[in-house]
Amino acid sequence: MVAPDLGPQNLAIEVKDLVKTYPGSIAAVRGVSFSIPRGSVYGLLGPNGAGKTTTFGMITTRVIPTSGTVLINGINVVAKPAQAKSFLGVVPQSNTLDRSPSVRENLTFHGRYFGMTSKEARTKADQLLVQFRLQERAAAPVGALSGGMAQRLMVARAVMHSPTILVLDEPTTGLDPQSRLALWEILRELNAAGQTILLSTHYMDEADELCEKIAIMDHGQVLALDTPAALKRSYAKQARISLDLQGADPGLAEMLAEALPGTTIGFVGSQLTISTDDPTDLLPMLVKELVAMDIGYRNLSVRQGSLESVFLALTGRDLRE
Amino acid sequence: MSLATATRSHYTQTIWSLVVRDIRVLVSRWVMFLVRVISQPILIVFVLAYVFPKIGQGIGGNAAAEAKFSTLLVAGVVGISIITQGIQAVALPLVQEFSFTREIEDRVLAPVPIWGVATAKIISGALQALIAALVVFIVSIFIPATTVHLSVNWPLVLTIIPIAAVLSGALGLAIGTIVPPTQVAFIFAIILLPMTFLGAVYYPWTSLGTIPWLKWAVLINPLIYINEGLRAALTTGIPHMNLYGVYGGLIGFFLLLVFIGIRGFKNRVIS
Ligand SMILES: Nc1ncnc2c1ncn2[C@@H]1O[C@H](COP(=O)(O)OP(=O)(O)O)[C@@H](O)[C@H]1O
Ligand SMILES: [Mg+2]
Repeated sequence: MVAPDLGPQNLAIEVKDLVKTYPGSIAAVRGVSFSIPRGSVYGLLGPNGAGKTTTFGMITTRVIPTSGTVLINGINVVAKPAQAKSFLGVVPQSNTLDRSPSVRENLTFHGRYFGMTSKEARTKADQLLVQFRLQERAAAPVGALSGGMAQRLMVARAVMHSPTILVLDEPTTGLDPQSRLALWEILRELNAAGQTILLSTHYMDEADELCEKIAIMDHGQVLALDTPAALKRSYAKQARISLDLQGADPGLAEMLAEALPGTTIGFVGSQLTISTDDPTDLLPMLVKELVAMDIGYRNLSVRQGSLESVFLALTGRDLRE
Repeated sequence: MSLATATRSHYTQTIWSLVVRDIRVLVSRWVMFLVRVISQPILIVFVLAYVFPKIGQGIGGNAAAEAKFSTLLVAGVVGISIITQGIQAVALPLVQEFSFTREIEDRVLAPVPIWGVATAKIISGALQALIAALVVFIVSIFIPATTVHLSVNWPLVLTIIPIAAVLSGALGLAIGTIVPPTQVAFIFAIILLPMTFLGAVYYPWTSLGTIPWLKWAVLINPLIYINEGLRAALTTGIPHMNLYGVYGGLIGFFLLLVFIGIRGFKNRVIS
């Protein structure tokens, strides 16, 4: 395997020791660092008040950091906000669509702000309207859009000028499950086409589903940053192996428990479940035992611990409270 | 082309696109725009310069004085319409866009410094003020019962009206960034009404000599300089503030309001 090139030229965004203290000594962000290579999808996962929006505000030039730096394409956002903004596509937490112009004009105007010619803007807008399944509403006022469509239009607007990085603040909060899936699909397509994405969410499944790496945030700090699998390995140790053992002897559970120390084993019907800290080492041992005992198995699956338990382990709290 | 030049032309294009957005919105609602532009001046001119003379309550007493009043009123209503546009075209939409609709956010993220976004607002307010000035000018000549005697001094017209227009845009920006959304009624009660009633609309500023404290107090009203300047530009034989005062007041208030407006805009969109 070739080691990934993590040189700065390959980073879409680099956030270093970011701190924001609002007037009144409200420490919203307390020393956040991360960097995102081009083409990746990163997520900030944290409860309300964790500091996600403030972090995004600093990245998108709307909030001036108390200290620390943000580089986008190597450009410091505080020193050169106008240039930094040209690299950013932003989907804010609330609906900020322009109410007066039509759906299509929301896209074309945005393209014009970013230096596209009228023709380029119209062509790109029409292409995005199709891609985001909004073409039937092209001439409608944005007030007539459903929540899901409005959100899709916000994403379309944000990618209109082909930004280096697309930043989405809780893009699916308040959406119905179908619109949520539709938006996930769009984000996956964008990423497949090379779009770097940074999103925030307080949904575990969303972070798990979409993000290559997740920064778990609470009280203005990043508590852990890794791939969902690695986070679960480190913080939600118990993985569950389950397999179907048609026609096996019920006494098998005890025999396996002796052969595989440090595990909890359940056997219900033909379904065997083994909870373990370390599925990587355990799996070959398990298979070897089964082969030695000449027992056939089907539907073997390994489920790592959930992000819920990761969050619980890191903060001592449930994310959903 | 140097990098600095490229950046400048790119700023210009972005700012101009922001202005075009406002103008397109305006054009799509041109009927509402016209109604809002002409309703107040028509009423003023109609009541004071048409109804009053017809019912024998003409201001001034005799026909010559009535004609003179109609003539001085032209400058006054054009001035009112310019300053009102700044508030209607910039301040009121801004108050809304800052607060519950948050529509301004996409434009704030346009690739220009924040002052560029604020400047676009001033420019689109100024353009609307110019259109309003033209429409109202025509209206105020044709409605009065007596003939209006204008003598146009073009160099004055072509400098005072544009400065008045950008001043109006800057006033709208300053007000729009200061007033919280719950206090919009306050704009009318303590800004627009006093400004228009005490803005030398119905009488030349110089005639306030008999009430000296008022004559000096009203100088904090930028509309005074607009109306006095317009009177100098459009009429002869009606006294007006000297032109140094007019230009000094216009430019001074313009700079002050640009400063307050851009600073206020930054404070509203950056934390
Ligand atoms: N403009 C502001 N002024 C003062 N405090 C703020 C401001 N914005 C956010 N906060 C506070 O900062 C903390 C983090 O908020 P935020 O960044 O919005 O978190 P999240 O997006 O994760 O919910 C909260 O305690 C919030 O009340
Ligand atoms: Mg938030």
